[in-house]
Amino acid sequence: MEKVMRLASEKGVVIFTKSSCCLCYAVNILFQELGIRPMVHEIDQDPEGRDMEKALLRLGCTAPVPAVFIGGKLMGSTNEIMSLHLSGSLTQLLKPYQSRS
Amino acid sequence: MDSSSSQYVSTRNIGVYDPTHQFTIWEDHFKSNGDLSLYEPNMKFNNQSEDASFGILGTSIKYDQQANKLTEKMQRRLAQNREAARKSRLKKKAHIQQLESCRLKLVQVEQELDNTRQQGLYIGGGLDSNNLGFAGSANSEITTFKMEYEHWVEEQNRQILELNSALSSHISDTQIEELVNGIMNHYFKLFCMKSDAAKIDVFYVITGMWKTTSEQFFLWIGGFRPSELLKVLVPLIEPLTEQQRFDAYNLEKSCRQAEDALSQGMEKLQGMLTDTVAAGELIEGTYTPHMDTAIERLEALASFVNQADHLRQETLQQMSRILTIRQTARWLLVLGEYFQRLRDLSKVWANRGREPA
Repeated sequence: MEKVMRLASEKGVVIFTKSSCCLCYAVNILFQELGIRPMVHEIDQDPEGRDMEKALLRLGCTAPVPAVFIGGKLMGSTNEIMSLHLSGSLTQLLKPYQSRS
Repeated sequence: MDSSSSQYVSTRNIGVYDPTHQFTIWEDHFKSNGDLSLYEPNMKFNNQSEDASFGILGTSIKYDQQANKLTEKMQRRLAQNREAARKSRLKKKAHIQQLESCRLKLVQVEQELDNTRQQGLYIGGGLDSNNLGFAGSANSEITTFKMEYEHWVEEQNRQILELNSALSSHISDTQIEELVNGIMNHYFKLFCMKSDAAKIDVFYVITGMWKTTSEQFFLWIGGFRPSELLKVLVPLIEPLTEQQRFDAYNLEKSCRQAEDALSQGMEKLQGMLTDTVAAGELIEGTYTPHMDTAIERLEALASFVNQADHLRQETLQQMSRILTIRQTARWLLVLGEYFQRLRDLSKVWANRGREPA
């Protein structure tokens, strides 16, 4: 749990994924489209991956991956991110972390 | 038989060795139904002891006992045959009943198929003339889904008609809201149905085999592409306020971005699935590590269908937030009529140049 929270606060936008998960890939693509370079942690490549997965579920994430943290706070999984984006809220939340290109 | 009976009577009276119990039973049976339907397994042993005990009585009794032995075997066999014949008759009856009920069910299904064909609803992918060859999936749950979808379309058409007449008449906003909620929930119901069907046959759902061929042409991950509909249909619900136009435009943009992300994820998944199929021995029923991976990929595919439907649902909900209740009603009407026309497009093509009936 501490590992998850620590990693989640390391950068503005953090996504926990699994290497084989295509929805995680899709969410990552969306963030890049919005000018964000999220920090990606593949929990299936992490020795403590299983504990991290449990921790993410305990934090209330609907699916363990992808788990999106913005500003250290858990936003949710694909469903939540999509809803946030369509309502226009996601862009607002990401404003402080957008890279200037 | 009669001589045997009289012999039994005499031996009963002797009382030296008393197997009379057995003999009495025989006698009763002879008297009642003239044959032996009960086989006494102890008979053989009793006969042997009888032979020893009754040796002094002479061969006449012994002869009868030998004859009875033969009759016993015969009668035993006859009894077994009768039993076997009875069981076989029961089995045959049960089998025929099963065939009958299957036949009735078949007739029902064929009837339903004929009905939907007459309504001009083209069953996607069905090049077979064989009635049961439709939709490429003989699975009964998929058949059920297909039928439930036909009912869904009928209900949808009814709702659109109702909404149309409601909007042309003077009904209150509350009543309009009721109709709007009904239509929205009807769409959400379809997404649930699709999710359940995807668990049975994900390819069936994602290729839109349950839709008309014209709908299949515009398919995006098992359904309509929300951003495209927004682009085409929002102008038809003018007049809108500046803010509403702005919000609708942003919704369309966000939709497209989300669709692009999902499309790219799908492409990656397709590649992975191709690799799985190429690498593995996907032998049905045989467990291989590749089978596990294949299942994983197909589960991921189902989750993409769910995500695409979630996007469609969110689009509908966002529109209802941007618009007033009457505007939402007009939006749903425009949407519903669009789908109707799209479904009918195949018919238009098929009926071109034909003489009117």
